[in-house]
Formats: sequence, structure tokens, C-alpha cells
Amino acid sequence: MMTSSLAIIELSALLVPAIKIVALVFAVILPMVAYSVWAERRVSAIIQDRVGPNRVGIPFTKIGLAGLGQPISDGVKFLLKEDFTPGHVNKLYFWLAPALTMVPAILTCAVLPFGSELFGEKMVIADLNVGPLFIFAIASLSVYGIVLAGWASNSKYPFLGGIRSTSQMISYEISLGLSLVPVLLIFGELNLSEIVEEQSKNGWLLLPLWGEGAIWNGGWDRFFLFFPALLAFIIFTTSIFAETNRLPFDLPECETELVAGYHTEYSSMKFALFFLGEYAAMIIGSGLIVTLFLGGWSLPFGWDAALMSMAGNPEQVPWWLGVIHISTFLAKVIAFILFFIWVRWTLPRFRYDQLMKLGWVVFFELALLNIFITAGIIILTRP
Amino acid sequence: MSVLFYIFSAVMLVFGLMVVLNRNPVSSALSLVVSFLGLAALFITLNAYFIGVIQVLVYTGAVMVLFIFIIMLLDIKKEQRRDLNYVAMGGGIIVVLALISQLAILLGDFVPGNQQLATLPEGSAVHQDVKLVGEAVFTDFNFHLQLLGILLLVATVGVVVLSRRQGRADRSQQ
Repeated sequence: MMTSSLAIIELSALLVPAIKIVALVFAVILPMVAYSVWAERRVSAIIQDRVGPNRVGIPFTKIGLAGLGQPISDGVKFLLKEDFTPGHVNKLYFWLAPALTMVPAILTCAVLPFGSELFGEKMVIADLNVGPLFIFAIASLSVYGIVLAGWASNSKYPFLGGIRSTSQMISYEISLGLSLVPVLLIFGELNLSEIVEEQSKNGWLLLPLWGEGAIWNGGWDRFFLFFPALLAFIIFTTSIFAETNRLPFDLPECETELVAGYHTEYSSMKFALFFLGEYAAMIIGSGLIVTLFLGGWSLPFGWDAALMSMAGNPEQVPWWLGVIHISTFLAKVIAFILFFIWVRWTLPRFRYDQLMKLGWVVFFELALLNIFITAGIIILTRP
Repeated sequence: MSVLFYIFSAVMLVFGLMVVLNRNPVSSALSLVVSFLGLAALFITLNAYFIGVIQVLVYTGAVMVLFIFIIMLLDIKKEQRRDLNYVAMGGGIIVVLALISQLAILLGDFVPGNQQLATLPEGSAVHQDVKLVGEAVFTDFNFHLQLLGILLLVATVGVVVLSRRQGRADRSQQ
């Protein structure tokens, strides 16, 4: 009797995270990846005054649905194309590289809190107390995929792309990490769920207008800390652009100089994996920015607390509020993805030396200075 | 928990061996990466999240990337054709045997503990490893930390000076 009940407990302890993982990765992240490719093509078309992919809808009918069927037909096309492996490549690493770009991008979503609670279960896969560090650690592994792709292809342009990508990622990881230190100083917390809860109660980092963070409620520290937080936000967001190899920092795959950079020799689904890995990294990056600076799943102006008091029980988050929180998080992430796309089709590409200079000479120093300013403000305003 | 320990230890040891046995330097370096990942996983199974994550962040994500960056610029075919250096191999084997015998002697005297440790509640000090590490480093070992900072600063300045001198020499040759 004892052992069987124990087994059931262990099974449910395994089952709940498994459901969360499957639901988040296969029902949220992967469709979002596919549809952000579609959104990219549609939005770029709007920006360039074209139409974009608007035909593919339900097969054998004339229903177009504004081209919403396009990602599915793209996926089928990628799977059915010939998977050609050139003769001069290093086979093992050539096959390994696309997987190595996709896996870290998906793994990092484990610590992102994508909702408050649903049926008493916290909406985060792994509630680690080293959340941001975990994301940096795993994201720093994604460079291996690109480097291996460039090296294993055994030809000039991919190799140059791989080398560029390595130096770019190493440079921008430093300003990425340093720009986050002020944020962690302000919250005094490394657990992403706690950070979001704090923002839900006392104002988002970039919108301290309610709770104890509001200036009329005595939140002078948060008022002065708003400026370093804004600087950290700008540095962090720009570095995320560089980390995910998005324009204006897409030098590793710069078409005009390097054909397609590290994935020149790839075809079919292997190419698609690189493509999807980039979009997955972009989605996770947006999620991280939203979580740290824009309140994650929380509603603005203290509506969370108001809705909770409306529901009555202060301990249990009602299911409808949980759903609202998840949708809020997704809405913020989608808005940020649209911002990424907007930037890509607006700004020209940097030159490579400009990119390195921006990373090492401007952002690195600014991020260091920002840490000092933040620490000073915290000492002066928080007795 | 113990199953995971054996899996990750096996990963670590097998890929550690591969580092030595592979003839291709890139394969060796990548095997070392996997070995480090196994080590990080072992730390995490011991609830030492901070050290595990830092292991991945520093060694796997930064140091090894630089290693591979340099190795890829080498002529791999030439490296693969290089003859075995038997003296170095013999020396390495002797060092390993000495270490193993020393460990065996030390561990032979080890008496396994027979007292049950208290189970700590969730959220207690053990689960706040970042805080504990931070407090230790910034209060008790503050002097050492500052000394390390100066050491790193000297190294940085030294690298800049050396690379500048090299660059100037190149230019004067042209």
C-alpha cells in the first residue's frame, strides 16, 4: 500500500513538468517560431509596400486566411526537399551543428515564468534560484552550433561566418551580462518568478507607477533607479539583437559579403533548423526582456491585486486570472517580436569593425558605469 | 538521484577519455565540452545550482569557445598526422598512476559516516547557494577578491601592451 501511493506521488511529480514542457515547447514555442517567420514576411512586405505571402489557406478551397497556411506548406516543402550533403564536409559535425543551434534556444525556456498559477501549479518549468544565469549559460552554448557549421562545411564563406559569429557572441555576452547586474541589484533576487511577482506588486521596472514603486507612495528609490534601468534596457535589448544574429547585427550570415555565412552549404530541413533556431532564440530573448523589464505576466497599474481581491481567496489564483496572465505574457512577447521585425526591416547593417567597436568601446563601458550609478543610488535612497 | 549520478559520471569519464584518445584536436576540445557539461550536471544533482551553472557559463560557454576558435585556425590534417610523443605519454601515465595510488591510500582510511543528516525544509539556507557564496566572497574573503581584481587588471594591461608592441613591430616591417 505504502509503495504504490509513493509511486503515484512520484509519477505525478514527473507528469506535471512533462505536461508543462510538452505544452510550452510544442504548443507555444514551435508554432510561435513558425508564425513569426510568417509575420516577418508579412510585416516586411507591409514596410516595403508589397503584399507578401497571402494566398496559402485551406487546401482545395479558395479561403486564403491572409496566408496563415504558409508556415505549414513551408514546413512540408523543407521536409520533402532533397537533403544534400556536399562531399567536402566533415559529416559528423555537419549533422550535429543544426541540432546544436536549435537545442539551446529551446532549453532556455525552462526557467521563463510564462504565467502566474493555473490550478495551483506555478506556470514555470524549473523554478530555479539562478534563472538569469541559467539562461546565459545555456544561450552561450548556441555559439557551438554556428562555429561547427562554419568549420565542418570546409569552405571559405561559412568559415568566415563562423569566425565572425564567435567573436561577436563573445563580445556581446559581456555587455549582456553586465547590463543585467543593475537589474539584479534593484530586485535583489535571482529567481525570475520572484522578480515578476515583485514587479506585479510594486510596478514594472520601466513603469514604476503603482504600489510601493510609485513616487507618491514613497518610491523615491524606484524613481531615481528608473534612469539606470532604462539604460540597462537599451544595452540589454541591443545585445540580444547581436546575440540572436538579427539585423542590424547579422554579420555572420551577411548575404552581400558571405553568401549566407555559416549555413551556405546547408539545404532542406538542416537549413530550416538554423532558421528556426534563430527565431526560437529571438522569442526566448523577447521573453527574457519582457520578464526582467516589463513585468512578465503581470498586468499594469496593480490590476493583479485588484482582480485577486475581486476573486476573494488571497491564497489561490483563480483559473481565469491564470489564463489572463498567460495571455498577457504572450501578448507582450508577440509585441516585442514585432519590434524585432520592425527594426530588422528599418535599419541598415553595421560594418563589422563598427559592430565590435560598439560592443567593446561603448556598451562595455556604459554597462560598467551603469552598475556604479545603480549601486550609488541604492545606497543613497535605501537606508 | 543515484541513477543520474552514474549516468553523468559515465558521460564525464567517457568523454574525458575521448579528449586524450581523439587524434582530431576539434573532436578533443568538443569532448572536453561534453565532459564539462557532465560535471555541471553532477553539481546540479547535488543542489549546487550556482556552481553548476557557473561551470557551464565560464568553462563551456567562454573558455572552450576560445579554445575551439584557436584550434579551428590550425591545420587539422597536419595535427592528425603528428607522431605520438612516447616520452610525454609515459610521463602522463606515471603521473596518473601516482595520483590514483595516492587517492587509493587516502580513501582507504576513510570511515563512512553513520549519522543521518537532518532534512532541511524547502527554501532554507541550503537552497540559497548564490546568497551564501556572495556573502562569503564579499565579506570574509573581500581582501582576496580585491587582490584577484588587481591581478586581472595587471593581466589586461599586460595583454594590451604586448599586443600593441607586436602591432607596431609589424607595421615597421612593412
